[in-house]
Amino acid sequence: MAHPAAPEIRTETMVLNMGPQHPSTHGVLRLVLELDGETIIRCVPHIGYLHTGFENTFEDKTFHQVIPITDRMDYLAPLSNNLAYCLAVEKLLGLEVPERAQYLRVILVELQRIASHLVWLGTHGLDLGAVTPFWHTFRERDMILDLFEGISGVRMMTSHIRIGGLALDILPGWADQLREFLRIFPKRVDDYEGLLTRNRIWVQRTQGIGVLSAADAIALGVSGPVLRASGVAHDLRKAEPYCGYERFDFEVPVGQNGDVYDRYRVRLAEMRQSHRIITQALEGLPEGDFKIRDWRYTLPTRQEIKTSMEALIFHFKFVSEGFSAPVGEVYRPIEGPKGEIGFYIVSDGGRKPWRCRVRPPSFVNLQALPKIAEGRLIADLVAMIGSIDIVLGEVDR
Amino acid sequence: MEYVVMAAKAVVVFALVSGSMPFIVWAERKVMADAQARIGPNRVGPFGILQSFADALKLIFKEDVVPTGIDKRIFYLAPILSIIPALITFAVVPYGGPDLKLFGYPVGYVADLKDVGILYVFAVTTLGVYGIVLAGWASNNKYSLMGALRSSAQMISYEILLGLSIMGVVIGSGSLSLVEIVQAQATPYFGVIPGIWLFAQPLGFLIFLIASLAEANRVPFDLPEAESELVAGFHTEYSSFKFAMFFMAEYINLLTLSGVITTLFLGGWLGPGVDRFPILGVLYFSVKTVALVYFFIWLRATLPRLRYDQLMRFAWKVMLPAALINIFITAYWVAR
Repeated sequence: MAHPAAPEIRTETMVLNMGPQHPSTHGVLRLVLELDGETIIRCVPHIGYLHTGFENTFEDKTFHQVIPITDRMDYLAPLSNNLAYCLAVEKLLGLEVPERAQYLRVILVELQRIASHLVWLGTHGLDLGAVTPFWHTFRERDMILDLFEGISGVRMMTSHIRIGGLALDILPGWADQLREFLRIFPKRVDDYEGLLTRNRIWVQRTQGIGVLSAADAIALGVSGPVLRASGVAHDLRKAEPYCGYERFDFEVPVGQNGDVYDRYRVRLAEMRQSHRIITQALEGLPEGDFKIRDWRYTLPTRQEIKTSMEALIFHFKFVSEGFSAPVGEVYRPIEGPKGEIGFYIVSDGGRKPWRCRVRPPSFVNLQALPKIAEGRLIADLVAMIGSIDIVLGEVDR
Repeated sequence: MEYVVMAAKAVVVFALVSGSMPFIVWAERKVMADAQARIGPNRVGPFGILQSFADALKLIFKEDVVPTGIDKRIFYLAPILSIIPALITFAVVPYGGPDLKLFGYPVGYVADLKDVGILYVFAVTTLGVYGIVLAGWASNNKYSLMGALRSSAQMISYEILLGLSIMGVVIGSGSLSLVEIVQAQATPYFGVIPGIWLFAQPLGFLIFLIASLAEANRVPFDLPEAESELVAGFHTEYSSFKFAMFFMAEYINLLTLSGVITTLFLGGWLGPGVDRFPILGVLYFSVKTVALVYFFIWLRATLPRLRYDQLMRFAWKVMLPAALINIFITAYWVAR
């Protein structure tokens, strides 16, 4: 016990500017840390280094033109962004999407979830010094990118979901390629688990680190795997099903302690569940249209344009001036790989969104970082940043 | 004449040790690539074996950036201080037995320090920490400073373990000379099991192995340069050939420590047929050392990094008691 007359003995603290150029801030996040030795006393995230003004750009684009811009926000999950946006616009227009399109959308966004989690697992491992999983996860991610390339022609900024359906139907052979991936993937997840789950050092580095209680998680508005690792079984695919998720049989993995290890376990379990959903969706894939046949809201097919005068006129009008949406405001969130992503769109009856605001999961989840980081070591901070899985393109928009 | 022979041996060993370093780097890259489902270097020379030379050449021609606000003399001294101890440790490591003679002179080792042998190894490897601490201090960079602080704490802790873990071997062999330690491993146990200390001192071997990982800053103890936290740790501000020197020191250390482990626990140059053809000893020694290097690389491909406080706790609360118990058991066994 300190002598009452003695002043409180404290050592000098050091202010460390971590980022914006730093190997493990996953982009251009800047953290101003006040350190006492290696213990973090204060952690203040500074964001905005990747601010691109997407939301403002949306206001200057027709509803259709917005879609490829949404890819650039969470560039590790462009299809999820596409889907969130398209669902919001479809809700505004009151469109009903054909069943085949819904199944294909589910397959695509679940593949996207796996791809996003694979990048997360690899880089998270790198942060903690485990270099090998990185290459393995990127090998599997490459298979998914090949699938995306096969369906849309693009690997990275895959922009395939359109208002009212998809840009194109799948090509012959694509389903076999997907089946091959589905056959291999579960074994590969076992491999990742074999490298990490029971690894003593991995467990020591992650268990009990960055604990976020369920109450704190809800108060901070955290969503996605981070929320579920804290023990809250909230998943928009179950809570507010879209694209017919209620048809599929899957579980929502939940953690107990809300630490880095639980987030790791939850994401790995989610990959297995996504695999389950894709398998079901591929088996039950119905025949039919891959987009609505209302040419006011979607591009007519090539075949139609070449054979029908009306379709050609619709095509011209769609491309040159777009379509106008009814007056109103909508919000339709989906469960993206990183959490709840939703587009809040206000329409004044024109051809462009009057205002479009994105609810980005990374931005909201990042709020939890100071909460879980303070009082911990700087080495743990790296584990914690990795475990909340942010993409700065989405944080800054 | 004796000094001439000594000098000749020193030059040859120096050349071999520093000359093998590019190949260790290449081997590491190839082995890591294999573990990680990649191909690894494959452009420069057959199987990319000349990749390290190309890299070294590139590093020499790079601009040598010297940051402002540094302590210039120490900044320049640090890389030299870290590479010299790594190189001179090999002076006492016997790579061939005393029977290996050329023109009547023993050429199986550079020097056999009868009284201090193993102490010399520890004295010299400890010096390596100065290079790192001074580099971190002179760089005037917070990341470097933290890397240097970590490594000084880490290396000093594990230095103690290195010393304690070989006490069993020293007590058992009754000598500090590395040559005599190897010779003590020549008699097989029960006539069949090789008499190497690995079998008699498994605990000591394990502790020494782990401690040397920490000493060489290898995964999972590569905290001084944990790039995900400290950018590059103590050598953040170093570029060009000064960086290359730190890099070389690290790999030569790896080789040296593997050589020391081979000598102490794996029977050094010993192997079947060595008494008739002493030259085979060099081969045995090389094979054992390379196997250890491979083991270290394999670990790097598999394990994540420990956290700083976990590392220290592990050293003081787990390894230190284990090493002490090992000494007591050995001492009891010998005194019995």
